[in-house]
Amino acid sequence: MSWLWGAILFWLAAWAFNVWLANRAVARRQAVRLFIPALFGVTLLVLWEGTVRGLGVPGVILPAPSAIWATILASLPILAGDFVQTILKGALSGYLIGCGAAVATAIAIDRSPFLKAGLLPVGNFVAALPIVGIAPILVMWFGFDWQSKAAVVVVMVFFPVLVNTVAGLGAAERMQRDLMATWGAGYWQTLFKLRLPAAMPFIFNGLKIATTLALIGAIVAEFFGSPIRGMGFRISTAVGQLALDMVWAEIAVAALAGSAFYGLVALIEKSVTFWHPSQRARS
Amino acid sequence: MKSLLPILTVLAAIVALWYAGTVWLNAQWTHDQAARAGVEVTFAEVVADAMAQERPVLPAPHQVARGLWDGVTGHKVTSKRSLVYHAQVTLSATLVGFVIGTLAGILLAVGIVHNRAMDLSVMPWAIASQTIPILAIAPMVIVVLASVGVTGLLPKAVISAYLSFFPVVVGMVKGLRAPDHMQLDLLRTYNAGRWDTFWKLRLPASMPYLFASLKVSVAASLVGAIVGELPAGASAGLGARLLSGSYYGQTIQIWAALFAAAILAAGLVMIIGVIERGTLRRMGMVR
Repeated sequence: MSWLWGAILFWLAAWAFNVWLANRAVARRQAVRLFIPALFGVTLLVLWEGTVRGLGVPGVILPAPSAIWATILASLPILAGDFVQTILKGALSGYLIGCGAAVATAIAIDRSPFLKAGLLPVGNFVAALPIVGIAPILVMWFGFDWQSKAAVVVVMVFFPVLVNTVAGLGAAERMQRDLMATWGAGYWQTLFKLRLPAAMPFIFNGLKIATTLALIGAIVAEFFGSPIRGMGFRISTAVGQLALDMVWAEIAVAALAGSAFYGLVALIEKSVTFWHPSQRARS
Repeated sequence: MKSLLPILTVLAAIVALWYAGTVWLNAQWTHDQAARAGVEVTFAEVVADAMAQERPVLPAPHQVARGLWDGVTGHKVTSKRSLVYHAQVTLSATLVGFVIGTLAGILLAVGIVHNRAMDLSVMPWAIASQTIPILAIAPMVIVVLASVGVTGLLPKAVISAYLSFFPVVVGMVKGLRAPDHMQLDLLRTYNAGRWDTFWKLRLPASMPYLFASLKVSVAASLVGAIVGELPAGASAGLGARLLSGSYYGQTIQIWAALFAAAILAAGLVMIIGVIERGTLRRMGMVR
């Protein structure tokens, strides 16, 4: 029981400290702004560990963070293999193909208002559908290996990116387009020098949404059949063996990979759209 | 109505492409069958056969429509072969999860807006959690809850709630902060307390944001319910239909379940859209 009470005590102390810190002037500093959520995350872990140990929760229901960490360290090669199979081969290749195709399609239909008026509502509609459901079909078509996962990812990321890119291509103002016209710029010059750069904040918005979708698509598609490696495969088989520490280890890797993927895209966005007010305000 | 023609054109193009794909993908099987029987087939025969195979690689649109129609009207609503039965199983989990997730999300957003410490410590995690493939934990939630004796509707609802929770939090925090300084100052001159400010200014101002995120989260909670039905041999629900269809190669069943899910999602989003329009009109927010 002492574990549980210790954890609760730690939680209360850390929370009081956070409240005290948040209401001081130092809370405006960047370092403090990072420290407060970090401390909150640590208290959650401590509370988790304390609850599991204090109440004696069996490992098949909820393993303690320390046990999960031990599993991660003990099975690094397996986790690395799954990471390569699911994230690098399945999600990343699908993400690149899907986003590339979506941007290309957006540029292609950009010249025809008729197509734009027809595709946008359809795209918006499809973006709200449970597209994950096509996973079994695509697994049937493309086999069990990473190609089918990439195909699922392509379909999942395509519509959000398409809708955002089309919206972005309309973002350049009339005045700016007229300026390009007075300089005698052709369609393609206007596209590359004005409209695509102006569309970048919108495109990156779509790309950031697509990062999460890509990981979800790659992992869920593996529930429908996969070779004997991959994160989705490992999760579904480890659940079957009640090896929940392994499941949590995979989830930790997936969370880390998801955040890193998102962070990477956000970093690229920062360097590409440095001119946009939302980016300038922060620095 | 002016946009109807382009939309219909695009839909017609999609259906035409689909038929072309049907012929292209299913022709292989026909050719194999013909070669085994030692007969030549003409192109017209290939097309006719591609449209009517029992387990096609890609079922033709009319086959899917037939499957959907049979599934909806061909059996009694309580029968396990009826799509209505499976849709209702999924829908109930979706709605329970959606309501739980939305209420929890609104409560957390209210806490975040009114408490600085909560804002600084919880909000970064709420945003970071959006970058995590949460759906991956669905099978574990199902199995763990089953091992402590909770089965049936609730585990799926938990996943749905979790997925619909974060869009609501993020949208509501934005919405509750939407009133600008001028409006907040005005309420201060009226000597309104925190509570009055919340009920009379912040909550009404957040409604457009709430509905925007409700549309996202209802779609997310349907996905959660469907994925929640995949593992552990669930026997009912649209997700279970997808899985059993993929085990037994019943492509028409997969596509029919898929379209049932799509119609369900569209219907849910549309219902929220109608409620949104009605509410905003009564509040005088529709332009």
